[in-house]
Amino acid sequence: MKNHKAAGLTRREQYEQKQRRRSILVAALSTIFVVVAIVIFVPMTPGWEKVQKSFFNGVVLSKTFPKLLNAFTVNVMIFAWSAPAIAVLGLMIALARDAKSPALFPLRIFGAAFTDIFRGVPVILTVYLIGFGIPGLGLPRPWNSPFIWGSLALILTYSAYVAEIFRAGIDSVHPSQRSAALSLGLSERQVMRDVILPQAIRNVVPSQMNMLIALQKDVSLLSFIGPVEIFRQAGVYKSLFANFTPYVGAAIIFLIVTIPATRYADYLMARQMRERR
Amino acid sequence: MSKLELHNVVKRFGDNTVCDGINLNVDQGQMVCLIGASGAGKSTLLRCINLLEPIEDGEIFLDGEDISLPGLNPQSVRSKIGMVFQSFNLFPHMTAFENAILAPKRIKNLSKIQLTSEVEMLFERFDLAERMHNYPDQLSGGQQQRVAIVRALAMKPEVMLFDEITSALDPQLVGEVLDVLLQLKDQGMTMVLATHEMQFARQAADKICFLKDGKVVEEGSPKQIFIHPKRVETKAFLSRALK
Repeated sequence: MKNHKAAGLTRREQYEQKQRRRSILVAALSTIFVVVAIVIFVPMTPGWEKVQKSFFNGVVLSKTFPKLLNAFTVNVMIFAWSAPAIAVLGLMIALARDAKSPALFPLRIFGAAFTDIFRGVPVILTVYLIGFGIPGLGLPRPWNSPFIWGSLALILTYSAYVAEIFRAGIDSVHPSQRSAALSLGLSERQVMRDVILPQAIRNVVPSQMNMLIALQKDVSLLSFIGPVEIFRQAGVYKSLFANFTPYVGAAIIFLIVTIPATRYADYLMARQMRERR
Repeated sequence: MSKLELHNVVKRFGDNTVCDGINLNVDQGQMVCLIGASGAGKSTLLRCINLLEPIEDGEIFLDGEDISLPGLNPQSVRSKIGMVFQSFNLFPHMTAFENAILAPKRIKNLSKIQLTSEVEMLFERFDLAERMHNYPDQLSGGQQQRVAIVRALAMKPEVMLFDEITSALDPQLVGEVLDVLLQLKDQGMTMVLATHEMQFARQAADKICFLKDGKVVEEGSPKQIFIHPKRVETKAFLSRALK
């Protein structure tokens, strides 16, 4: 057979290389065009100068950024103790909803009611009701802290969602796994713990990653009941400088954390899809 | 007394009667093959024997003891009756070895150390010693199915049920799995197989049961069934199956 190799490439490879170069060139040109258009046309809008001063003020940004970063540690703290509690409570609710023994029937009802209520109420309302309501009982320090009750509101809300994801994970394990485990003589509880749950949890890791990212953002809702976290701190600087740039600074700090996390979750999701195929 | 006895076993799924009054005797050390078209009730019957499906009517006796009593704890029965499935059903998050020791570790409360030498011997006996610490997705279909057999044997069952265990395998891998069954037969294991491997059934079985529409139409030695079948349905099935 004739060999069409040139520079070690087959005909097909040469063709594909040409195509690839062409698409890179087209993509680069069209991107440059869009960026130039934005850079030229946006500053031509009548309000641009004002907007630039009040949202993208470099002086205000450099003054407030370190303080905002400092306030962000409060977000990280609340996140750090809420996330494990959500994982544990979410799993317990998921298992409670699947309980089969009649003695545990109240647990099933409780699980169903729990997920219905906390998925049905806006997060901010739960934060208000629990965050203002419980300290209103007149509890002594430190039990009147909005940190505790605000975190509890987040934990309850997110556990409801996380529980539903765990349940979907449990359902995603093929029934033949259960049959095989039962046929060995294992009890229902052992089947769940040793065979179903490890697979179910692995199946839902990417979805739970997305819940973690959402939680990281929703920690800011606690600002409404007291804790001076990054959003609240940005609000303080907004009033002080009469300038919105601190909010942009806060948004940048969130993005620094959430973009890599989202990318990682997407990567996990894509890998899982590949494995299933 | 037979090792395993089925009296008039009836199993329905809604209006669909899958097992319609099945009688079957399996003696100690016998290999019984259930043959018949798909949907004849072979697999369901095996699942009933292992109490994975509750039966509507009839009784199942193991060593003369009624194991189909409603309300009986199925766990102790299942640890005496091993089962292997068409789709292997290995636990994908455990190595072959971990698959095999899970049930004895949990049920008999033995430590990993106590179990290791015993289970290792099983892997060696079925030529899987090198594959012992691989995960299921690193094994061929034939190896996975042999691991599934080892996993069932690790519980030291008295009876083994095999549900079309070669149907999901590439033709060249079927032989290695059937060889394992012959080894078990030599060691005197009592076995019930649902199978489409007619040649194997003919050569290895002690008894053949032909099932159709949830009933045992004809049973007898391989010679009786394959060479001198009495019933028209049996003849029709075999002429199709042996084509």
